[in-house]
This record gives sequence, structure tokens and C-alpha cells, in this order.
Amino acid sequence: MKIQEADAKSLLRAQGLPVPGWELARTPSQVREAAQRLFDAGARQVVIKAQVLVGGRGKAGGVKLASSPQEAFEVGGRILGMDIKGITVRKVIVARAVDIVKEYYLGAIVDRASRRIVLMASAEGGVEIEEVARTNPGAIHRVAAHPELGLLPFQARSLGLAIGLRDSLLSQFVSIAAGLYATMKANDADLVEVNPLGIVEEAGPHGDASRRLLCLDAKITLDDSGLARHPKLEEMRDLDEEDPTDAAARKLGINFIHLEGTIGCMVNGAGLAMTTMDLVKHYGGEPANFLDVGGGARHDVVCGAMELILADPNVKAVLVNIFGGITRGDEVAAGIVEASRSQSRTVPMVVRIVGTNAEEAARLLREASLETADSLDEAAEKAVAMVKGAAR
Amino acid sequence: MVQGITGREGEFHTRASLAYGTKVVAGTRPGKGGQMAIDGQVPIFDTVAGAVAETGANTSIIFIPATGAPDAILEAVDAGIKTVVCITEGIPALDMIPVVEAVRLAGVRLIGPNCPGATSPGKAKVGIIPASVHKPGHVGVVSRSGTLTYEAVQAMTDAGLGQSTCVGIGGDPIIGTTFLDVLRLFHDDPETEAIVMIGEIGGSAEEEAAAYAAEHLRGVPMAAFIAGRTAPPGRRMGHAGAIISGGSGTAADKIAALEAAGVRVADSPTQLPRLLREAGYKG
Repeated sequence: MKIQEADAKSLLRAQGLPVPGWELARTPSQVREAAQRLFDAGARQVVIKAQVLVGGRGKAGGVKLASSPQEAFEVGGRILGMDIKGITVRKVIVARAVDIVKEYYLGAIVDRASRRIVLMASAEGGVEIEEVARTNPGAIHRVAAHPELGLLPFQARSLGLAIGLRDSLLSQFVSIAAGLYATMKANDADLVEVNPLGIVEEAGPHGDASRRLLCLDAKITLDDSGLARHPKLEEMRDLDEEDPTDAAARKLGINFIHLEGTIGCMVNGAGLAMTTMDLVKHYGGEPANFLDVGGGARHDVVCGAMELILADPNVKAVLVNIFGGITRGDEVAAGIVEASRSQSRTVPMVVRIVGTNAEEAARLLREASLETADSLDEAAEKAVAMVKGAAR
Repeated sequence: MVQGITGREGEFHTRASLAYGTKVVAGTRPGKGGQMAIDGQVPIFDTVAGAVAETGANTSIIFIPATGAPDAILEAVDAGIKTVVCITEGIPALDMIPVVEAVRLAGVRLIGPNCPGATSPGKAKVGIIPASVHKPGHVGVVSRSGTLTYEAVQAMTDAGLGQSTCVGIGGDPIIGTTFLDVLRLFHDDPETEAIVMIGEIGGSAEEEAAAYAAEHLRGVPMAAFIAGRTAPPGRRMGHAGAIISGGSGTAADKIAALEAAGVRVADSPTQLPRLLREAGYKG
């Protein structure tokens, strides 16, 4: 589960990381009021940042500076309601603009290859790390945390040294890296990123300038498998940005991703679901969704899944592909038959059920006069033909 | 032996394994030690250690829910079990990191979690792959998926190509046995003459396997299928896996790496038998 910058920053703060303050605003007036408070407290400029769960919001114009409360009001008005990669901006954060001397990247991920938590740092901060990985992979330094003892101070130190930090900034970096690791562990995150981690110049109490490291942006994704033991984190799920079908799919316990095509797919198993989509495309069609009904799906789940598929008006045909193992074919067939009787609109359907209890499934489908297929290729071809037939 | 033999899945699949001829000698369910499971066919023990001491079990399959599964793996390791297959899905990734390390240090083979297990057709089945898809033979099959494995194996069987061993390694980020591990085992297995690999988008395990194949499996007929060519970027694979390997993780990258290693890549699982034959497999 992805969470918004503001929530990610709260989780970093909870581990004692240096994150400058912010206010969340949903209207231009709230932006002005928040900015007013910052200017009253001595800010010279404020930054207004769109809160969306997609990358590239800076390039899209979703991050802007303002030098007065009125300008903040106007900028806020432009960003709120803006469309960024298909997402409407509904909230922004308002924060004091800081003088950044240099930007770094620091991230922690669950690394499949080493089977450890890996921390990555780069002196090329403030830009997308994927871009750095592509153009200058040598600029990304990594250490793998010990599987039981965690991130050791010498590891964090070597990372800080590798990106050129010394003295006080190095020791600040070591504790920030430890904090990132702690944030990951405390929340079952699979990604924690601070980009940029900035060296910021601040006026000291006696007017002298001092430099310190601050976490200026934050991105966290949570391991869905760990969510059950962090009920508070569930509150960070941003329903504003969810497809309406997402919540329905969660309730059914199925994995559903809405896509742009015309062939609705219902499959058991993620790999087979992706393969079914690939074959639909291979035979000239476009999948309308990814749908994994999971192992052992009962007929009520199958019915609910079918409703979700048909709720998409673009769907012109449905392809059901079930390879029974744990899942019983007859249970799915019963659900399909029930769904086809009660469905609100008539959409052609091709059903392929093999494996456990396939004979019983075939009988149920035959009795209901549903179109069937023996192989996945045949099912995909038939579904594509159905859509082309409907278009004619 | 079966950890969690009295649960719905544990019982169902123990019956299927017994029917296949697998020697299932024990099960565990704390508190029910001394009773019998599966209509009196399998004795129940309170602990894995007790089961091992009494029956000499050397392999365990785990059907324990996600909250208890990491502990179940470690209990098996502690009791001296040499091969552990963990079917359980939904284990948090961070829980598995110290577990796979302990497994590695103990020299134990862990398959999974979140996997369908392994079958050597005609010999034994330690997992949930339906017996009906198999036929004994000499093609080794390794896969990251569950049902997609069944699909691929069925396609092989339909084309008359039997299998030496089929291993589903599991789709979780942190798993005990990788493609690379299984390819090494197939390389050393006198009964495996050809190899089929079923991958998916995300991570870089297929690329690592391709590098191994290029070096060690040039003479072995090999075919692969990669699921997720049309998957929308970002929705399933996040960017974390991609960064660490310098931008890999897409289906196109994986297919290119495999083809460069001399592995034929299918557009559909049903093409796999034909590609194996084109690669020179006569079986």
C-alpha cells in the first residue's frame, strides 16, 4: 500500500528523524492560512506540494513556491484540482521553504536478490533514482543490513562516507540511516525513501549560519502482508485516489486492477492472470482488468468478482480461466452460472475450467448453455472473436 | 511429514500426497500428539522434534497460517529436517529475512513460502500441484507461479513430454530457493535432460538464471515463458525491485536476457513443448 508524503513524514518523525513541519490543506483558503502562520513565524518563502501517490509531480507543476500568503492562495488554487497522471489533486502540504545547499538520496528496500534490507544512498539526490540507476549506476551506493542485528553503524558510516559526507554531517547521516531502517521495521514497509535528503543552511541563535541534514520529502510503501498487525496504518489508505472497485475487491478478498480494454478476465493465480492478459493481447484483444480470485474461491466470491467485471461499461466479453488445484472447478462453475443468470446486462462469455473437479464443472456449464474452451489459447481467441463480433 | 496436518488444506493435500504414493509418516498439531490423522493413516505429534525422533522424517511441508509459519519453518530446521516446503501465503517479507538466514546457516533447503511445492512425477509429491497434470519423464520445470505452473506442466504432458521434477519456488519477495538454485540442481540431476522455466515480471531472478544458463546450460535444451508482458508498469512490480538491479524487471528485459543466453522464449505456455523440441530435445 502506498501512502501520501504527509503520512510518510509522520512515520519518519515517529522514529525521531529530522523532518521539517508541514500543514495539510484542502482549499486555497486553507493554503493561505497555513502560509500566513509560516510567514508570521519568520518564513521568507513557503513551498506548496500536491499530495498524490504518483511520481513526477514536480515536473507536472504540482510543487511551487510562494512569497506571500496571497500568492500561496493563488498557487494553491492552481495546484488543487490539477490533474497529475490521471489523479485529481485534492490536497496539498504547505511548508517553510528552506535553503538547500546540496541534495542527496537515501532509501531502504526489501531486496529480493540478497534477501535482506538494503540501504541505498547517492550524492545525486533530488532527481528520480530510477533515472540515476539508468544513467549513472555507479553513483548509487548500497549496504545490506544484517538479517538479525540490523543496520550496523559501520555500514551506515561507510554509506555516508561514500556519498562524501564528513564530520557532523556524517554522524547526522548515520542516525538518519538508522532511523530509516527503524521506520521500515516498525511499520512493515517494503520501501522507505527520503529524496531529497538535504543539507540545509539555517541561521543559528547568534546569527551564524549552521548546516544540517533534513528529510525534505518522504515516500513509503507498506507490505500488504504486514498490514493486519498495524491497524493504525490502514487509516493512511488514501480512498481519494482509489478506483471505486478497489474497495469492493478488497472486501471480496480478490486482487483486481482496472485496465482500459474490453475483455473482462477472471482467473485464479496472479501468474496465470497475467498470462491470460498477455494471450488476450497476443490474439488482438485488450484486457479490461487483471483479476486473481485467489486460491479456493467459493461461488459467492466468483459472483462478486463477476459483478465487478460487468460494472465496467467498456467490457464487451468475459473470459474465465480457472486451473483448479486448491480451487474446485465445480464451485467456480456454480458461481459463474449464478452470476450469468442474475447479471444486469448480457455480455458474451467464454469459460475454461480445468483441473480439480473439471468434469462436474463442465456439466454445470453445459446445462447453463455457456460457451466453453479447452485450452487457454482457445479461450483467448474466442473472447477476442466475441468482442469483434459485438463491434460488427 | 506435514506441519498443520489437521487443518482444512493440510488434511486435503496430505490425502492427495498419500494417494500419489508419497511416504507421509507423521503430522504435527500441538495438543493432539498421540492421536491419528487421515482416517488412522498418519500419527500426530505435538512437535516436529518428536515426529523426527519417532519416524525419521527428513522432509516437512507446512500448511500453517502466516502468523505461525515462520516459527514452523524454524521448528523444522531445529528438529533436523533437511527439506522444508512452505505453502503458506501472506507472510510479511520482514519476518522471512531472519528465517531464510537461519535456514541458510543450517544448510537446510527451504522451498517457498507462498509456493505450490515440488513433485517428482511417479515418485513423490510434496506440495499442492494437482497430480493429474504430470507424466514421468526427463524435463525439469521451475516456476515462480502456482496455477501457471500447472498450465505449463499440463501443456508438456499433453504433448507427451514427461517431467523429472517440477518445482514451484513461490512468488514472494523473500524465498528460500531461487531459480538459480533449482537450475544448479537440474544441472547435476542425471534424470533431467531438458529444462523449462516459468518467470514473471519484477525482480531480477530470471536475469540471474539467464546468466547461469549462458555459462553452464548451453548444451541443455531449454525453453521459458515470462508472464506479464502486458502488465501495467508500477501496479504490481513497484520500483524497488527494479532499482536495485539497475533498471531490470520488465518482461522485455527478462526475455532479452534469456534469448541472449540461448533460451527459447514462448508467447504462450502451450508453445513450450514445441520450443523444447526445436532446441534439440528428443524426449
